[in-house]
This record gives sequence, C-alpha cells and structure tokens, in this order.
Amino acid sequence: MTLPASAMKPAPFKYIAATSLAHALALKAQHGDDAKFLAGGQSLIPAMNFRLARPAVLIDINAIEGLAGVRSHAGAVGIGPLTRYRALQRDEALTKLYPLIGEALPHIAHPQIRNRGTIGGNLSHADPASELPAIAIALRGRFRVQAAKRERWVEAKDFFAGALTTDLQPDEMLVELELPSPKPRTGSCFMEIARRRGDFAIAGVAAMVTLDERDACAEVRLALCGVDETPVDASSAADGLIGQNLSEQALSEQALSEQAIREVAACLQKMIAPAGNVHATADYQRHVAGVLAERALSTACQRVQDGR
Amino acid sequence: MDADRHEITVSVNGIHYTRHIESRLLLSDFLRHDLGLAGTHVGCEHGVCGACTVLLDGQPVRSCLMLAVQAKGHEISTVEGLAGKDGAYHPLQQAMHDHHGLQCGYCTPGILMTMTAFLDENASPSEDEIREALSGNLCRCTGYQNIVDAVMTAAMRMRG
Repeated sequence: MTLPASAMKPAPFKYIAATSLAHALALKAQHGDDAKFLAGGQSLIPAMNFRLARPAVLIDINAIEGLAGVRSHAGAVGIGPLTRYRALQRDEALTKLYPLIGEALPHIAHPQIRNRGTIGGNLSHADPASELPAIAIALRGRFRVQAAKRERWVEAKDFFAGALTTDLQPDEMLVELELPSPKPRTGSCFMEIARRRGDFAIAGVAAMVTLDERDACAEVRLALCGVDETPVDASSAADGLIGQNLSEQALSEQALSEQAIREVAACLQKMIAPAGNVHATADYQRHVAGVLAERALSTACQRVQDGR
Repeated sequence: MDADRHEITVSVNGIHYTRHIESRLLLSDFLRHDLGLAGTHVGCEHGVCGACTVLLDGQPVRSCLMLAVQAKGHEISTVEGLAGKDGAYHPLQQAMHDHHGLQCGYCTPGILMTMTAFLDENASPSEDEIREALSGNLCRCTGYQNIVDAVMTAAMRMRG
C-alpha cells in the first residue's frame, strides 16, 4: 500500500544519519556540493518537495549530541546550530539578555515551524527575508565554521554573500553563533511588517542604542531584513546620532531627536535595494523600512531610559 | 539510482510499527499510505497550510516537512489517537462539534493536533494567544471565529 515512487515529492537521494560532528563533516568533505546537511528541514524539505533542490546525499545531523543548546562564555553567549527556535523562545535568560531575539521570534513563521527550525539551518540558508541573519548582524555576532580539518570564525556582517548564498565552503558547517554580551545602558527593538502573521517580511528592522553615562549616544546598531539580497547593516546611517544627548529630557523635548531620527531613516532608505514582489512594490518596501526604522529607533531610545 | 531504503520502527498513537521505506517518503505520506492513517491530511505539502500537523514527541510539527525515516525511534501522535478508547471525543473535538468549528473539515485534524498540544501547555489562554497559536493553520471555511470559540470552551471544560 506504500506510495508509488511516481507520487513521491522529493527526487531520490541517499540518506545518512550522521552519528557525530566528525562523521557529518567527513561525509560533507566526501560529497561536497552534492550533499546537504539536514537540520530542521523547514526550508530544505519544501525546496525538495518542489524539486527546486535535488541533493544526491542528505546528511541528517539531528541525532548528533552537543549541537543544540546555549552556552555562556566569558563576555559572550554561544548558541549551537541545532538549537530550535522554540528552545530559544523558552529560554527566558537568553531572551532577557538579548531582547531583540525574543521580540523577533514571534515573527518567525509559526509554532509548528519553530518547533523544528534550527538557527544553524536558518543562518546557512540565508533567506534575505529572514529575521535571524539581521539580528546576528545587529548584535555584532560571529559564526564558528568547521570543516573536517579546519575551523574559522566569520563575522555575521561578512557571512551573507547574496540571496541564499553564504561564505560557507562546500565542506563546511556553521557550528556556533556567538553573540557578545550586550553593553550596559543598551535599549533595543525589533519591528517587522508582513502581509500575514508569520509570512515573509516586507521589511524588518533591528535597532540597538547604547548611551554613555552622560546620556550621550555612544553606539547605534541598525540591521534590516527583507529589503535587499542580503540582510543589510545600516548602522552607519545613524552616525549623526553619535554623541547626541538622548536623555529622557532631550527625548521629551522631542523636536531635536525626532528630526535626527528622521534623518537616520532617510539615510537608511538610500542604503537598501528592495526588489519588490507581489505583496509590495520596491517603493513601498523602502517606505516601510524607513517608517519601521524611525519607530524602532525611538522605541530603543525610550527603552534605554526605561532600563530594558 | 537504486531506491535508498531504510527500516524504521516508529510509535504512532502508542502502537509500534516497523516498516521498510524509501528515504524520500515524507512522514505525511508514510502515515497515510503505509499505515493507512488517513486522518492526517495533506494540503500544500510545503509547510504553509498546517493540515498535516502531527505531534512529534508531543510537539506539533508539519509532517510534510519531515522524512518518515527521521521519525525512527520517535513517538508520533495523530488525530486518530485523540478520542478515548470508548470513542468519546477529546474535549476539543467535542467543543469543535458544539461550536460548529468546522465545515468541510479538511483543516480540522491539523487544528486539533496544534491546539490540543497548545492547551496542554496553556490551560487558560486568552483569545489573542489562541489566534497566535492558530496562525500556522489555514481554514478557508469558518473564518476562524468558531474555532477560537471552541478552543476557549475546551480550555474552560478541561480546567473543570
């Protein structure tokens, strides 16, 4: 009674359940671009069901011990590649430390997808509309990348080469996302617009603002998703804010800071090249990105003062 | 290429099944065609509609986005396992019946599996929380309101 082969969705492949990271990397070294790692499968399996992806070999990494979980290092947090979104969502210590992650997670697909989808799979897939790549950039994250006989670190901002294209070589796996500890007096905000809940972003903005002890703006991080071929680091759009007084009083007097934030958004709009799609024209995406950047920056400033 | 076949043993609704299957067989097709459990529906087969939602070790997942071979050694729950042995409906099934929470019924098994797992974790959900939890299941008949009402009622009845 089994399904006839002619009715099966994916093209044939050889399935291998890797038993260790070394095993998985040895297989990838052997098969190169003909092989794909299978983590959560929430992007890869749909592509295979459509036969847009036809890997000859699937290396399932789900049974490998030690690839999932969150570890604290000195001054940083390391997140394993097999960590599922749902596990992050349930990790209150992590989402408190990095509110950007907690705020973005509800925008990432749906509960059923978050139960399976992994952060390593997401980052390696490099969908331009995806939230986590932009957040990794905003947080100044870096990735540990491993092959059978070597290892290297890549800054998140240098990792994404194009739509669905990364710096990963055919024999490499992303084995850790490392996030530096947030600086004191930092406020952050993630905002996204999509046509439907959980759908691909028309535009998404991650903003982080850090103040010094005299309430002067010390650093701004701004990263966007869904508005270009890769996530965009637009932090330099906010160079004009550095050194400005963003105290509660300055914010309540509004005029200066509102104007300054509007200028950041206008500058950011020139840094992106949205493609437009059936849901939104490129002009609309650029408009939304600017509006979200203004709102996210204002909210992040307010949150520094509120202490969150 | 010769078919790549694997032997797997899977627990579905508490019963162990051992089958020899091709690696590219989706879990949804395995349940429907190899085990004859056609209560798990397939709609889009690319992870959008939610009709094929089953529980993997208690957590709702899309069975069209998993290979059957990946379920080896895991526990799957499907809509066939929801009612009691005496045929009594699960409280959510009863509430869906009472509130007219289904019309054509195509999306219903996926919604039942998603929302029973949700109610296990959240015994007193708000309407907003229910809508958020439902966001990954498409229904083209009901407009969702009756489903939301049914989940609210089921939650109330299950709290006792």
